[in-house]
Amino acid sequence: MNDIIGFRPPAPGSQPDNNTPAYGSTRARHPLRPLLAFPHTITEATGPAFSPTHFPPHTDLSVMNGKLAQGERIIVRGRITDEDGRPVPNTMVEIWQANAAGRYFHPLDTHDAPLDPNFKGDGRVFTDADGWYQYTSIKPGAYPWRNHKNAWRPNHIHYSFFGPGFATRLITQMYFPGDPLLAFDPVFKGVPDEAARNRLIANFDLDVTQPEHALGYRFDVVLRGRAATPMGI
Amino acid sequence: MTTLTTTALAATAAQTIGPYWHLIEDPAMADLTRFGANGEVITLIGTITDGDGAPASDACVEIWQSSPAADDKFPGYGRCAPDATGTFRFTTVKPGPVPGRGNTQQAPHIAINLFGRGIMTRLYTRAYFEGDPLNATDPLLGLIDEPARRATLIARPEGANIWRLDIRIQGDNETVFIEI
Ligand SMILES: [Fe+2]
Repeated sequence: MNDIIGFRPPAPGSQPDNNTPAYGSTRARHPLRPLLAFPHTITEATGPAFSPTHFPPHTDLSVMNGKLAQGERIIVRGRITDEDGRPVPNTMVEIWQANAAGRYFHPLDTHDAPLDPNFKGDGRVFTDADGWYQYTSIKPGAYPWRNHKNAWRPNHIHYSFFGPGFATRLITQMYFPGDPLLAFDPVFKGVPDEAARNRLIANFDLDVTQPEHALGYRFDVVLRGRAATPMGI
Repeated sequence: MTTLTTTALAATAAQTIGPYWHLIEDPAMADLTRFGANGEVITLIGTITDGDGAPASDACVEIWQSSPAADDKFPGYGRCAPDATGTFRFTTVKPGPVPGRGNTQQAPHIAINLFGRGIMTRLYTRAYFEGDPLNATDPLLGLIDEPARRATLIARPEGANIWRLDIRIQGDNETVFIEI
């Protein structure tokens, strides 16, 4: 008998479908058979813990070797909570993004936009005891992709979250307010529920903005909450 | 089943990891023994193919083990970028059995997450070990009636301490993916 508690199932409409025809690459990359329903056990209810000793934080993407990256400097701050509003402390957050011109520092990115010798685009931060994280970067540019004719990804920053269990693992993207490309983006629009979708858009925040330094954005994230019923019951 | 209270927000939506996640990749993370873990060291390898039979070389493969318990020497978690043939390779410690729900016991297994371009959320599955006597009574394997389907979750020995579990995302011999 064990009393480990699993995590709640996703709320209806809050998550995209792996079969999203408007996003062409999903065609051959979604299972055709239904997923096997299986209640969480210790394997899904527990997860890795990362120590800043082994995974040193890298909280300022806007400077490399003392040299400033091109682009509009931004500060992104937010709080990670679970579905009950409880903060998720000391959890590792990984970020990666294109440079200001919309080009990734990646061999497979062939977009005809300049690389920036002072920008790589990877970061790592940990939440504090109250679930807050913050990093400095530059606003990523939009970039074209071949999903459909004249397809452009809206400005976005990729995120990786862990939380307390393997079930709370989350990979997502943060978007910017007022981006006209959001209306045409099948990845963003793949989230069925409009409110859930719009929570992927950061808010401009004058309190996070630092005078003479950087624009501030607020991006809060919710990880799955514990189910109320212990698994042993 | 539980329902959300009106004041709570549902978990944030997932979005695809995309093709450029290697910006956060560290090849060292594929070796779960790098901090000096004790135990039987094994290699877990497998080739990932999609519904067209193409290798998912851009994918992000993660593993997590609830056994042995993670500590300073054993992170329990690994991440790997497959090679051009879609083949991932982890060095880790062979897990033992762990408790299941109620009074059940689970056969030794490794949890696997698969992210990639064209995968909106993630695909979750498990690797068990061929020949383990506990497989016969494992609560998850017991839910899969067809032997051929069950076999998609069972790694096979391929040389000394090397175990292979190929993953087929879609179509013939499609891997059994699990709700998480
Ligand atoms: Fe991207």
